Amino acid sequence: MNKPIHTRIHVLRRLHAAVLAVVLAGAAAGARAEFVVEITKGQSEAIPIAVVPFAAPEVAQASFDVAQLVADDLSRSGRFRSMDRKDMIEQPHTGAAIAFDDWRRLANDYILVGQQSPDAAAADRYNITFELYNSLNRQRLLGYQIGTNRTGLRLAAHQIADMVFEKIIGVRGAFSTRVAYISVLGHLPNKTYRLIVADADGQNPRVIMESKEPLMSPAWSPDGQSLAYVSFEERLPSIYVQTLKNGERRRVSAHAGVNQAPAWSPDGRKLALTLSTRDGNLDVYVLDLATQALTRITDDPAIDTEPQWSKDGESLYFTSDRAGGPQIYKISLAPGSRPRRLTFQGSYNARPRISPDETQLAFVTQEEGAYRIATMDLRGRGDVQVLSRGRFDVSPSYAPNGAVLIYASRDRDRGVLALVSSDGRVQQKLVSTEGEVQEPAWGPF
Amino acid sequence: MNIKMETDMKKLMCVGLLLAATALLAGCPKKKTVSEPPVAPTQVPASAATNGSGSGASTTMTPLDGGASAANGMGADGGPLARKIIYFDFDKAEIKPEFSDIVTTAARNLASHPSLKVRLEGNTDERGTREYNIGLGERRAQAVRRALLLQGAAEGQITTVSFGAERPAVEGDNEAAWSQNRRVELNYQTGPGQP
Repeated sequence: MNKPIHTRIHVLRRLHAAVLAVVLAGAAAGARAEFVVEITKGQSEAIPIAVVPFAAPEVAQASFDVAQLVADDLSRSGRFRSMDRKDMIEQPHTGAAIAFDDWRRLANDYILVGQQSPDAAAADRYNITFELYNSLNRQRLLGYQIGTNRTGLRLAAHQIADMVFEKIIGVRGAFSTRVAYISVLGHLPNKTYRLIVADADGQNPRVIMESKEPLMSPAWSPDGQSLAYVSFEERLPSIYVQTLKNGERRRVSAHAGVNQAPAWSPDGRKLALTLSTRDGNLDVYVLDLATQALTRITDDPAIDTEPQWSKDGESLYFTSDRAGGPQIYKISLAPGSRPRRLTFQGSYNARPRISPDETQLAFVTQEEGAYRIATMDLRGRGDVQVLSRGRFDVSPSYAPNGAVLIYASRDRDRGVLALVSSDGRVQQKLVSTEGEVQEPAWGPF
Repeated sequence: MNIKMETDMKKLMCVGLLLAATALLAGCPKKKTVSEPPVAPTQVPASAATNGSGSGASTTMTPLDGGASAANGMGADGGPLARKIIYFDFDKAEIKPEFSDIVTTAARNLASHPSLKVRLEGNTDERGTREYNIGLGERRAQAVRRALLLQGAAEGQITTVSFGAERPAVEGDNEAAWSQNRRVELNYQTGPGQP
């Protein structure tokens, strides 16, 4: 009944040669901080799925439970409820071995089975085979084999979760993407600031940059190859662009005064940023990275900052307190354009971020004396929904599939990261085992 | 689906490269991408310097232009004379009356020592968004700059920087800490050798 698995992927043969070149770059230093995920609010209508432990004949060698990570990814998304392994009465590893009637009785809509085994022909190579079935109609929805090395097992699990998510939900999964954030270690006066890039679940943290002076506002290039950020390493703010694969970095803005809030244009060729005049007036500019040409976009005695590009690259969203308190505006880049105010509810609305399809705006709002993450519908009447319940929730950033936002929050006096689905129904906390974490920026696909 | 898989797997390989590189690097000596920050004086202010609400600090204050200070007007080697702090109300950049004497003293000192330079470091408490707080810190530093200029200091003697909420003087999420963090520090500099 089942077709044989037909897709075989060989990625690693080319890997070994390539790794040598990458290593010379020396951009990475290990970071040991790990994250503990707590789901603080789940979704009642989560889809039940059984991720059966993969057959692993030499599990000691593999020493990584791919199926468990797939199940965890799916559960943490809030869209799925992964069946507890203890409740599984049998553990099939191929589609042919699934007793569908039993699984249907256990109220699982979907079942994922597979195997994970060392490659007999090559050292440090593993083959993972997996199949996804609809347990109601017994239809096979996915069937693939992935070859990887030990280091790649974690990513392979995220890839599998991405495919399952997309097949069932119809939205591309973002489990295999990355998140950048700032970590602050130590206490006054000996703080260490680190720019870190980790997997989207907080694992695999790598230190991209370390300084005794503040680091701020990491921003991903659209191709995911570089980060722009603000560094005070010379005790003045400058904006740097750093390439992840080789650690090379370039100082792109070091004007007198403020150099802040970098944001990449959708084509990756320009940065919107905030500069100040001699008398300290902050305005938004656009910097052409190739020519260094600088164009002033806003011109107002107020604080204009926190720019974010529209999807078409022809407008900027930004924060301005020209009307008293900070509010969010949008301005066309066409010369002579005037900004249009977007937020009216409440006295503090700042740091806009648009969803990938630009139907929703996320920002920080003040409510009951607390700072919280809110969204506004950009299509209709501009309905506002407050998504978080903390006191110090700031720095929202959309996952590239738009389904989830990551933001900085506070947990028992410590800076932590938190996640909330863009409809507000699922909430989680990522508590680092070390230091404070702030300013998460979700990378592209 | 095959095409999609190929794209996915290309991406898998790219990220896989990073992961593999990380694993290998774990065995290498760590290499910072950062140049060492310039030697900087510790930026923890003596919290009792102006309002006495800090714990345990016992800073003594002497008017800069009153004593037998060094020729540059700073006093000896950047001791307590070299630093002054002005505190602000929440979300405000107005200099409160109780701090006007600090400004007056500093302006007079700058005016009478043209080679003296001061760096104004604006700070905010942790509330609000980080980049907007940079703007607020800059606004506070500029308020002090304008007051110094009005009272006789020269443009070339003053630089400003805003750290926003990034460099709190006191840690903690309560008003006691916040009130110590909403501040402009006057940081005197004697020459190009100092940061």
